[in-house]
Amino acid sequence: MTSTNINNKLTQLFSTKQKGLLNIYFTAGFPQLENTRTILKALQDGGADMVEIGIPFSDPLADGPTIQESNDAALNNGITLKKIVQQLQGMREEIHIPVLLMGYINSVLQYGVEELVADLSALGVDGLILPDLPVDEYKEKYQELFEANNMSMVFLVTPQTSVERLKYIDEASSGFIYVVSTASTTGNEAKDLAGQKEYFERIKNAKFNNPTMIGFNIKDHASYTEACNYANGAIIGSAFIKMLGNSHLLEKDIKEFVSFVKQG
Amino acid sequence: MNYQVDKKGFYGNFGGAYIPEMLVPNVEELRNRYLDIIQEESFQLEMDELLRDYVGRPTPLYLAKRLSEKYNTTVYLKREDLCHTGAHKVNNTIGQILLARRLGKTRIIAETGAGQHGVATATVCALMGMECIVYMGSVDMERQKPNVERMKMLGATVRPANSGSKTLKDATNEAIRDWINNPVDTHYIIGSVVGPHPYPDLVARFQSVISEEMREQLIDKTGSPNPDYVIACVGGGSNAAGAFYNYLSEPSVNLIAVEAAGQGVYSGHSAATTFLGKPGVIHGSKTLLMQTEDGQITEPYSISAGLDYPGIGPMHANLFETGRAKFYSITDTEAFNAAMLLSKLEGIIPALESAHAIAVLENLPLKKDDVVVINLSGRGDKDLMTYITRKDEFTK
Ligand SMILES: Cc1ncc(COP(=O)(O)O)c(C=O)c1O
Repeated sequence: MTSTNINNKLTQLFSTKQKGLLNIYFTAGFPQLENTRTILKALQDGGADMVEIGIPFSDPLADGPTIQESNDAALNNGITLKKIVQQLQGMREEIHIPVLLMGYINSVLQYGVEELVADLSALGVDGLILPDLPVDEYKEKYQELFEANNMSMVFLVTPQTSVERLKYIDEASSGFIYVVSTASTTGNEAKDLAGQKEYFERIKNAKFNNPTMIGFNIKDHASYTEACNYANGAIIGSAFIKMLGNSHLLEKDIKEFVSFVKQG
Repeated sequence: MNYQVDKKGFYGNFGGAYIPEMLVPNVEELRNRYLDIIQEESFQLEMDELLRDYVGRPTPLYLAKRLSEKYNTTVYLKREDLCHTGAHKVNNTIGQILLARRLGKTRIIAETGAGQHGVATATVCALMGMECIVYMGSVDMERQKPNVERMKMLGATVRPANSGSKTLKDATNEAIRDWINNPVDTHYIIGSVVGPHPYPDLVARFQSVISEEMREQLIDKTGSPNPDYVIACVGGGSNAAGAFYNYLSEPSVNLIAVEAAGQGVYSGHSAATTFLGKPGVIHGSKTLLMQTEDGQITEPYSISAGLDYPGIGPMHANLFETGRAKFYSITDTEAFNAAMLLSKLEGIIPALESAHAIAVLENLPLKKDDVVVINLSGRGDKDLMTYITRKDEFTK
């Protein structure tokens, strides 16, 4: 009843491939302002199934130090949401995998929600992830707009999300459900997937309308494989950002990273 | 017109709960239970007893004769500076710690700017024997050293926030991140009328004792519960919310909110949110905040750490938008000199935050028979070093 309303590269991907999908998050404008497109292309070439491009924000509440620092660095490089939109012009001539933008609601409110959805839709962006946009407000104010533009909206669920709320979130989502692996900010090294089996089983058996992707604290082949046992795929963020921060040969390192995660 | 929060957690166009899903269970639990808990008789008895015997309430309403003479009007000071721990902040922490216990929480986190809220939180945690972690910007730790030591002496752990501007907004980010990582046993005692619903309403209710007492005290002193003006400084806005609360629907009472202009509203070093801010989302609520065109939250500045915040609570954003309260801004220099003035005229050394509220007397069209109440939110002990070391700079 939900994903079916929308037809874009994301929903098409899930209709052809249901297992082992790898989604990589990176911060736009990091490590250098103009790296956005290079990274996107290298991820596609390396075999990532989809990407999330982070919109840098001065106060990223849900993020741990690694992504915070990449946000600060990107902002110091001069990135803005307007620049990200410019950088993505013509993207669909070379990028064929689903592309989502992830960020905080304030960035989107200042750009203008309608303007952004129109601009992203024209670029061929498939969806948005805005963790601090309330589900109610999305349904009330924006769902129609998103659906009219074939723009997916991805919401998060956590180990503490109640059964009723899981259902409610599934109904509002279009694209996939972002399953946060542990109660945690991003890239929290004190937390891992051990002990999450019961939660993952619950998610696996929940009979959602939407596909699921497990994210937060997925960092290598082992955690990717573990997550894929319970969901359609996994999302890597902080571990990838860390690698980028240390890389001197972006394209080569990105391809190696993706292949290590997928093949081990 | 109703200036209170509505069922969805909004004050007009402002408020709400813009939080990541990781925080939803905690915030929902609070939202579902706070009104029932704080209206329980056992809660109210315990709260009243602590406010009376531990905090020292009611705080006096003091007729400041020499200050009144100088401004040719009648000025009362609501003496929140005489609260235990030296500021109004403890009214809220007493309420929230009792709430946290009834929610079954065992671990307390808080953010602090000037250190007053941190001290007030550490104090009630000592009182209740609960673990306490206070996040404080590393810049603020430097300029409010005595309060850092006080918190430690009270048994709290003080964790520096080293991100962003290293002040109150960053300490708040860190506290929220802590809550995300500790979703079960922890209660976040937020220090002002900011954050996601129900926090602004919760904190305003706990601070509303200020204007509740004012009304009774004014009847004794003037025959009427209503003054012509109520003046309070606004950082996040908790002391102002408490001072305004029981006057919101009394249109004859002028509500005056005073923000920190820092080095001047348009100097680039200011915290005057209603002058410089636009609607947006900060720390889980929609409100006015200082930000770039791209939506990046800008770094505020004020000599007073407690007013050094780039937003204001959603209740105040609505009071500003509807015109129910009038907003003024006061520079570092004006506030500093007002602190000197109050010390000399009344023998009261105010906190730098509260000195902003005193300074606005210069700007109001006061009449001889006006009754003015200034909420003196805190005392100046924590600011002594600033008063001593920067005197020459500001009094030339
Ligand atoms: C004495 C005093 N007054 C005022 C404030 C500002 O906070 P609020 O606007 O929430 O009253 C503080 C904050 O630390 C304070 O310590």
